[in-house]
Amino acid sequence: MVSGRRAAPNPTAPSDFSRIASAAVPTHDVLVIGAGLAGQRAALAAAEQGVSVGILSKVHPVRSHSNAAQGGINAALNPGDSWESHAYDTVKGSDYLGDQDAIEIMCREAPEEILHLEHLGVTFHRNEEGKLGTRAFGGASAARTYYVADITGQAIMHVLYEQLMKHSETVARYEEWFCTALAMDENGECCGAVTRNIADGSMELFRAKSVILACGGNGQAWKPTTNALICTGDGIAMAYRVGAKLMDMEMIQYHPTTLAGKGFLITEGARGEGAHLLNAKGERFMERYAPNKMELASRDVVSRAEQTEINEGRGFPDGTVALDITVVPKKRIHEALREIVLVGRDFAGVDITREPIHIKPGNHYTMGGVKTDVDGRTDVPGLYAAGEVACVSVHGGNRLGANSLLDTLIFGRRSGADAAARAKRTEASRPSSEVLEAEQATIDDVLAREKGSGRRISEIKLELGQTMDEYVAVFRDEAGIQQALETVRRLEEEAKSAYVDDKGRIFNQDVLAAIELGYMLDNAECTCVAALERKESRGAQYRTDFPERNDEEWLKHIDLQRGDEGPDVSYSEVTITQWEPEERKY
Amino acid sequence: MATYTLKVRRYQPESGEGPFWEEFDVDLDPSLSVLDGILQAKDREDGSLAVRCSCRAAICGSCGVKINGSSTLACKTQLGEAHEAANRRGNGGGETAAPPRGADEEYTPQPSAGGTNPIVVEPMGNMPVVKDLIVDMESTHWEKIRRVTPWLLPHGDPPEREYVVEPESMIDVTQSMACIQCGACVSSCLSMEADPEFIGPAALAKAYRFVGDPRDAETRERLHDLAHDPHGIYDCTHCFSCIDACPKGVAPMDQIMRLRRLAGDEGIDDDPNNGHNHMEAFTRIIEKKGTLDESLLLQESYAPGVKGKLKPTKGAIKGLLGSIPTGIRALRSGKVRSLGQMIPGVHHKLPGGAQGDVKAVYEHAEEHGEELNLYIKGEEADEEQALGAGEETTEERPR
Repeated sequence: MVSGRRAAPNPTAPSDFSRIASAAVPTHDVLVIGAGLAGQRAALAAAEQGVSVGILSKVHPVRSHSNAAQGGINAALNPGDSWESHAYDTVKGSDYLGDQDAIEIMCREAPEEILHLEHLGVTFHRNEEGKLGTRAFGGASAARTYYVADITGQAIMHVLYEQLMKHSETVARYEEWFCTALAMDENGECCGAVTRNIADGSMELFRAKSVILACGGNGQAWKPTTNALICTGDGIAMAYRVGAKLMDMEMIQYHPTTLAGKGFLITEGARGEGAHLLNAKGERFMERYAPNKMELASRDVVSRAEQTEINEGRGFPDGTVALDITVVPKKRIHEALREIVLVGRDFAGVDITREPIHIKPGNHYTMGGVKTDVDGRTDVPGLYAAGEVACVSVHGGNRLGANSLLDTLIFGRRSGADAAARAKRTEASRPSSEVLEAEQATIDDVLAREKGSGRRISEIKLELGQTMDEYVAVFRDEAGIQQALETVRRLEEEAKSAYVDDKGRIFNQDVLAAIELGYMLDNAECTCVAALERKESRGAQYRTDFPERNDEEWLKHIDLQRGDEGPDVSYSEVTITQWEPEERKY
Repeated sequence: MATYTLKVRRYQPESGEGPFWEEFDVDLDPSLSVLDGILQAKDREDGSLAVRCSCRAAICGSCGVKINGSSTLACKTQLGEAHEAANRRGNGGGETAAPPRGADEEYTPQPSAGGTNPIVVEPMGNMPVVKDLIVDMESTHWEKIRRVTPWLLPHGDPPEREYVVEPESMIDVTQSMACIQCGACVSSCLSMEADPEFIGPAALAKAYRFVGDPRDAETRERLHDLAHDPHGIYDCTHCFSCIDACPKGVAPMDQIMRLRRLAGDEGIDDDPNNGHNHMEAFTRIIEKKGTLDESLLLQESYAPGVKGKLKPTKGAIKGLLGSIPTGIRALRSGKVRSLGQMIPGVHHKLPGGAQGDVKAVYEHAEEHGEELNLYIKGEEADEEQALGAGEETTEERPR
């Protein structure tokens, strides 16, 4: 329905992007793909080693999804707290699937990282003495969550971006560049990436001695999700396609407090400040599921409790339970939960200071990802991964609240440092231009499909999201997961003929959506395969047909590697240092 | 579920054509956002409709646009309320067809077929349009952000542990930290329309984030720099547009006013715009007369008090002479309505005891020096209740 009326010609022509496009052939010692917290931290750490660094992201860095981390960041920094306590909580939270050597490193290095951020300018909440103050969080045995109101992720990320601006001499930023594939040399080492400059559609082959994937999780393969539209599992899929191993892909976190229908996140900080969960009868139902920790049990535990209440008819008619924040003092709400006041007001029409808000479990976090060691190294030489895209594994079967920011920063920094060290000792190899030509051909193929030749990209994406949310969610069973896998494989076929409307070069978001759909389908397929494989219940994987945890057979990681017909399954040991598995109670 | 019409100002740079309007009908719940509407149109009808977006929850700052002429985030504006606003404004061609400030002047709303008013969506202002709803923020917004040295400048080595600072100081700068760099304030800024070089609301709010941060050691240098830039803190005309536009309660204009006050406190009164002295003159005249006596404003700004007039400085004479064209323009445009108003002393006084009330306001303000900050006091609507509740209202801001 075109009105046909013309507005005045725009006085300003599109800006001249040639400045970026004509820059010298993009070659860096270290190339970081993704510019959220992990990517920015990695870039800064690499630059500190005196190597040349490029950081590339499909959105402007401050648009990255690390913004959404509201509640805070964990560290055992208070006198009386200890890194061992933090590590034990994390191990227990992971349902003993986390690798304890990695967890120890993360928890030991956490305090120093918090202080580093504070020195860079993060406006952390202070206690009455003017020192760093903490709040309580789920699954933790001490209040060790440091925070900036409920915009912690945003505040840290904007401060890191300040540092990127400060260090623009040593870190080149490629903002709004989309990565379509990793480039490999003849020795099977990663040596760069193929990218599309979104502003003008030009394709560019980047050369690098080390490549760090830091491009987040895959929540968009579910609908609804708390994840941003950009969280399409790009890095997981790209690594998988060049033969890197993925790990723990069945472990998908459902967050206990998301806004029904829209998937918006209500921070765990709300429960940390004392908010209650109530069913439709007004009962504080967590008494029945976690009598000690109540609302502050691990997320998988709380989500299952809520879903049980809803399934057994004690929820509200809209398939929700209620989060009652009114029990928190009003002044404290304004100081510490302001973002949630806005979310409630703008997206649910609820004044959370006066009435409970309806919530339900919703897709939130990818515990699995590209398998790495504690320095971010993947199975592919030269390729690193850090943050949500990676699986070290510090989160195992279930991530604790306020450990994700920590994960991004600790392993972002370690990846950046190690990638720089590798770059110093290796010669640059030249990626073959074949990969660039192949990627261009793929895009040309998508653009050439005629309207009506297949389904719309958006339809396929919608069916994928709804399927995953129905069958690969809080409760799972074999028949459902099998159904999801079959659907995903059908959608993979349909994606091959899906068409796009936009045939242009400048900001062609349509063609990028087609590529992202491919990424999401790879992610979903891997998650289904791993969820089918794990025949027990552990952390976020709750199989109604195998409701018990089975340490004898399944205290191990499921690794996936690309095979001829979908992912090949293998196993790897869980590293246990000092905490033997025991029954998990909250 | 309801049907809404989105009227989108489009521009496809590769078509060789100028911008055009296109209408899309979308079926969505009124509580869903205008961004949901745009995305439905994109998903179902035309994938080439370009809009930046990511989080859908007003946290990433990608989807700044103008809706019914007002700069905002598409994800934060509900379809239902946007539709009501469109009806109030008469986008469909009602009696009140005049577009609000900042709306595209060339656009004359016409009644649409169904008699309902479409929700008008346009790219943000004050930034070049790249494609459809996407603007070039790099060459404008980000360039200005980089102008204010946007990183912390502490002196010496950092302490072994954290910097120990007043707890309220962190809450205070957190209001500026809440900025998501969406550009809505820049889009709405009237000063920037007149002076594209104005550093602008977003960048100056960012500047306050460092000026107000006790860990930063170059507060005075920053203030001096921002006061002495002719496009700096005194280039703001106090129009409140940015406060209205900001989706995060950052209140950029308030931050600019704080920068001005702090610059004054630092004794920085020799800025090239004569902004500080102008501000002081304004305050003094109102205190004395209750309303603004335009005839005194210029003299008081450049040559304050009896001493200033008896012995005007070179700069004052130059400034006053240089302001003559401004005075003539003020007369011509009707800002000053009659020559009589230009004669000092004829300015009317407030009736009855009203001048006493003005004095009382000044005295009250003197005694209550605390800054208002959303993170400390909450929304305005909460104030009454908070006041009723007793002590839990405002806290003194340390200075």
